[in-house]
Amino acid sequence: MIEVSDVRKSFGKLEVLKGINLTVKKGEVLSMIGGSGSGKSTMLMCINGLEPIQSGRIVVDGIDVHAKSTDLNHLRKRIGIVFQQWNAFPHLTVLENVMLAPRKVLKKNRQEAEQIAVRHLKHVGLGEKLKVFPSRLSGGQQQRMAIARALAMSPDYMLFDEVTSALDPQLVGEVLDTMRMLSKEGMTMIVVTHEMRFAREVSDRVAYFHQGKIHEIGSPEQIFGSPNQPETANFLKSVHGA
Amino acid sequence: MFASPLRWNDVWLMLQGAGVTLSLTFWAVLGGTLLGLILGVVRPSSRWWVSAMIGFVLDIFRSVPLLIQLVLVNSFNSIVGLRLPVFTVACVALALYTAAYCAEVVRSGVLAVPLTTRRAARSLGMSWWQDITSIVLPMGMRVMLPTWIGLTLGVMKDTALVLWIGVAELLKTSQSIITRTQEPLLVLAIAGLIYFVISYPIARAGMRLEKKWNTQ
Ligand SMILES: Nc1ncnc2c1ncn2[C@@H]1O[C@H](COP(=O)(O)OP(=O)(O)OP(=O)(O)O)[C@@H](O)[C@H]1O
Ligand SMILES: [Mg+2]
Repeated sequence: MIEVSDVRKSFGKLEVLKGINLTVKKGEVLSMIGGSGSGKSTMLMCINGLEPIQSGRIVVDGIDVHAKSTDLNHLRKRIGIVFQQWNAFPHLTVLENVMLAPRKVLKKNRQEAEQIAVRHLKHVGLGEKLKVFPSRLSGGQQQRMAIARALAMSPDYMLFDEVTSALDPQLVGEVLDTMRMLSKEGMTMIVVTHEMRFAREVSDRVAYFHQGKIHEIGSPEQIFGSPNQPETANFLKSVHGA
Repeated sequence: MFASPLRWNDVWLMLQGAGVTLSLTFWAVLGGTLLGLILGVVRPSSRWWVSAMIGFVLDIFRSVPLLIQLVLVNSFNSIVGLRLPVFTVACVALALYTAAYCAEVVRSGVLAVPLTTRRAARSLGMSWWQDITSIVLPMGMRVMLPTWIGLTLGVMKDTALVLWIGVAELLKTSQSIITRTQEPLLVLAIAGLIYFVISYPIARAGMRLEKKWNTQ
């Protein structure tokens, strides 16, 4: 379970998160939607400790992420994150990209790590590309590799930050399919997305971010069907696919 | 040989001088690269004032002519009474000089690795050190290698300056042979050829590696 309570976060003078409260249960898929600069990416980074917070608490399975005593490298094994940029490690083959963290962080031997990597790469449909360097892959394939790379750590949670935003339209579908598959398998996920149809379809709950706050949160039917807040309605009107 | 006062024995002496040049280069580049690696990796992730201080010291090493540094380190050696052999003194001075340049090479390599890529590595649970060794240095290597090769070749030529503190490397040996034989052109041509024969394979190896990486 991820419990976010009264989290405030600033970059210098700019307060980006202004008191966020949120609970994500095991097996739940939560989508975060909202305008540019509303703090969605920042929220995700705070959840796995890539960014510090100024006040409040984020607790993942009983571990206070921002406590001084917390071993972040240990915690991050359990929280996978995939970003908008594909972030392939260009000097490693697809297989090596996925094997690296299991070897270095989980201390698996080469053979075990390879088995894990191959399994996850096949899972995301990249079984044919093991020995290829990332530069030879399409954006969609690189993004699926990034998903496999995160999954290879057997995380309990997966965070997705607009993973389809940098893709050509015809490549979006394959990545969304991969995420759909994960949600069917019961993965706990927080998905920041501009794909409203997708959010509506896979989410258990949808949170609308507005100016550093969760302005409205509810079931997809409620948020997309009959938003309570005028800002939510305006936002949904302004984006395609709602 | 060539009906001139130059004897085979002289060529042999020059080859021995070349050996000294090579080993000076080897130690200078080895020491300089290790120190440069440490400084170049630590600097971008240290506090601003630490970074500024390191930068200032490196600037000094880069802007004071190497000859002056050699003489100063050598005098320091005798004043303090370290009694280090002059060859060691030369290696130390050259290594510090090399480190000052190498730190900059490494730093630009480190900075060439996108922060988002490093963040992705850290998000997988990799430590700072694992990120440096598995991601940053291998990726930065592609940026660093060409300049590093240039630096190595430059240092090899700069080793000639140590003749001023009395190390008999290739140029110093050539000079004494010239004094005796009065054959400057021939002797210098041979010395130049030896320098070339040493540099060329290093330059080639660098080019081959770069080509290989470009096809990835
Ligand atoms: N590293 C940073 N330094 C300074 N300001 C930042 C930094 N990262 C984000 N911000 C600012 O914080 C605010 C929230 O950014 P964030 O990336 O979380 O928004 P977002 O909801 O993800 O937007 P988008 O939909 O455009 O991705 C923005 O005003 C942004 O400019
Ligand atoms: Mg964002």
